[in-house]
Amino acid sequence: MKILPALPILLPMVTALVLALLKGSQHRSHLVALGGAVIHLVVTILLLTTVLTYEVAVLWVGNWPAPFGICLAADYLSAAMVVITAVIHTAVISFARHDIDSGQVRDGFYAFMQMLTAAVCGAFLTGDLFNLYVWFEVMLMASFGLLVMGRNPGRLTGGIKYVTINLISTLFFITAIGLIYGLTGTLNMADLHIKAAGVENTALLNAAAMLLMIAFGIKAALFPLFFWLPAAYHTLPVSVSAFFAGMLSKVGVYSLIRMFTLVFTADAGPSHAILLVVAALTMLFGVIGAASQMEMRRILSFHIISQVGYMVLGLALFTPLALGGAIVYLVHHIIVKANLFLVSGLVRQAGGSFNLKSIGGLYKTNGLLAIGFIIPAFALAGFPPLSGFWAKLLIIKASLESQQYTLALLSAAVGLLTVFSMIKIWSEAFWKPAPIEERGSSAKCTLSPWTLAPVLSLALVTVLLGLCMEPVIRFSMSAAEQLMNPQIYIEAVLGGRP
Amino acid sequence: MEALLACLIGLMFAAALYLMLSGNLVKFVFGFTLMGNAVNLLIFTAGRLSHIYPPLIPPDQTSLSRSVSNALPQALILTAIVIGFAMVTFLLVLLLRTYAHTETLDLDEVSFLNEVAEDTPEPIDEDQKIQRGSE
Repeated sequence: MKILPALPILLPMVTALVLALLKGSQHRSHLVALGGAVIHLVVTILLLTTVLTYEVAVLWVGNWPAPFGICLAADYLSAAMVVITAVIHTAVISFARHDIDSGQVRDGFYAFMQMLTAAVCGAFLTGDLFNLYVWFEVMLMASFGLLVMGRNPGRLTGGIKYVTINLISTLFFITAIGLIYGLTGTLNMADLHIKAAGVENTALLNAAAMLLMIAFGIKAALFPLFFWLPAAYHTLPVSVSAFFAGMLSKVGVYSLIRMFTLVFTADAGPSHAILLVVAALTMLFGVIGAASQMEMRRILSFHIISQVGYMVLGLALFTPLALGGAIVYLVHHIIVKANLFLVSGLVRQAGGSFNLKSIGGLYKTNGLLAIGFIIPAFALAGFPPLSGFWAKLLIIKASLESQQYTLALLSAAVGLLTVFSMIKIWSEAFWKPAPIEERGSSAKCTLSPWTLAPVLSLALVTVLLGLCMEPVIRFSMSAAEQLMNPQIYIEAVLGGRP
Repeated sequence: MEALLACLIGLMFAAALYLMLSGNLVKFVFGFTLMGNAVNLLIFTAGRLSHIYPPLIPPDQTSLSRSVSNALPQALILTAIVIGFAMVTFLLVLLLRTYAHTETLDLDEVSFLNEVAEDTPEPIDEDQKIQRGSE
């Protein structure tokens, strides 16, 4: 199956085309989209098993040998990310049945979601820097479409912030691409690894690296660049915000990991030292921002920021253990965060609001929902034996081994503050008696299995990940090993045919 | 020639940044377009400028026999132009829609500072309550 690395990109595109042409009923669109998502999931798992056997799966598009043509390359990290994308996509599509209204479906919700998935997978799989830029743009366009669909004017001002900051980030990105191309004469990432080491003008190369760091930092919502994220995510429909929260900032993190392990290693000093400080500040400011919020999705948005800090910390420490920890964190975080956003949607359906002050008593009325919340919430906060505990443990252990005691302490403290926020949501939304208001009649609200099933299955995945952590950690360690010693990747991309 | 273009690109970046930071969204669009063009010129210059032959294989040969100019930057720029065009178009429509809602495109205005969450019940003002009471 030579074409396998391209399928995770092509399949959602085809489904998107079908959905765009299918201007029929809401339910038919939903079923087609769900079918497409499930097939996509199966294909991505197939890709992962292939990668597990052959280490790196490469497709030279149009049979142009690298570095002349564009190539798609799936190593452990890419394949794992693609599988998680498909999992989240499937869960979100299932949830969307009772979340997205017919007007939004008519505006192309399902088609945009498929295109977004295709673009995210493209960004994970590409082995070419300019191609990564193109996937970023496709991703942006699809997310813009999702942002403004449904003609809700209140969403537009948050949307403007999202759109403008992301456009600026792409300009930084392509400027860096121009500079890197001028310096090395290539844009293939594997080729760049070889050529970047021989560049004489290291000052300009560092400048390009910084531009890339800012561009990806905006996407990943790193410390000084995160303001757009809490301003935009809580204005979106729940299913869209769950996908955005799970995947989009993590594409930025993935790109940072890819570029600063594969290409900019020769001068690991300055860029990684900056990342270290940025990661620490990101963790701290995210969690403090969350403490001051009372709107459920705003709290969760700020927590995305603080959690991204942990992953970037893993990259910045730049040891195999830290990188492995960052990958475990990525996997754990995407599942948990998307799930929490879905739960926030159910809380709104059951309680009537996102605002914690005007809801309560959901533990009594919706027991399953309470289970669906408490598992990802405490995984996020890092309670053993859930997946977040192991992820945090690895990061903290790695920082202790690198003798970054302040950072280890900070990571633990941020975890504690995360517990505070999660307990706030728990006690306000679930334990506190429901406020006696005009909305009190929602006690009899039964949640649809279409929306409850993805929440509970993602919670189950979180528990299973936590209980069977050993294979996950082993996989992440070999993925980190691949990143630290990219020889296999480079030989697979630049060498002969598989 | 390259030094001259480098200066021009720098100047364009400066002007674009000035426009983008002005706080008015219409000026932002112009700044965005200008910076996009500056980046395109940057890629063009990065591919090295020289007065040599076009990258064409003569009809009686199967490969290039002499040094030719670099064709790749043009392909990159073409892609970037198309994407930039789509982005500007989207941005303009978005601004038009927003303007219809907020009646201002000045980012310092209050309506941009607090965005309304999706179907969060609007807080009812005191005077509205009084109005409802009197009905």
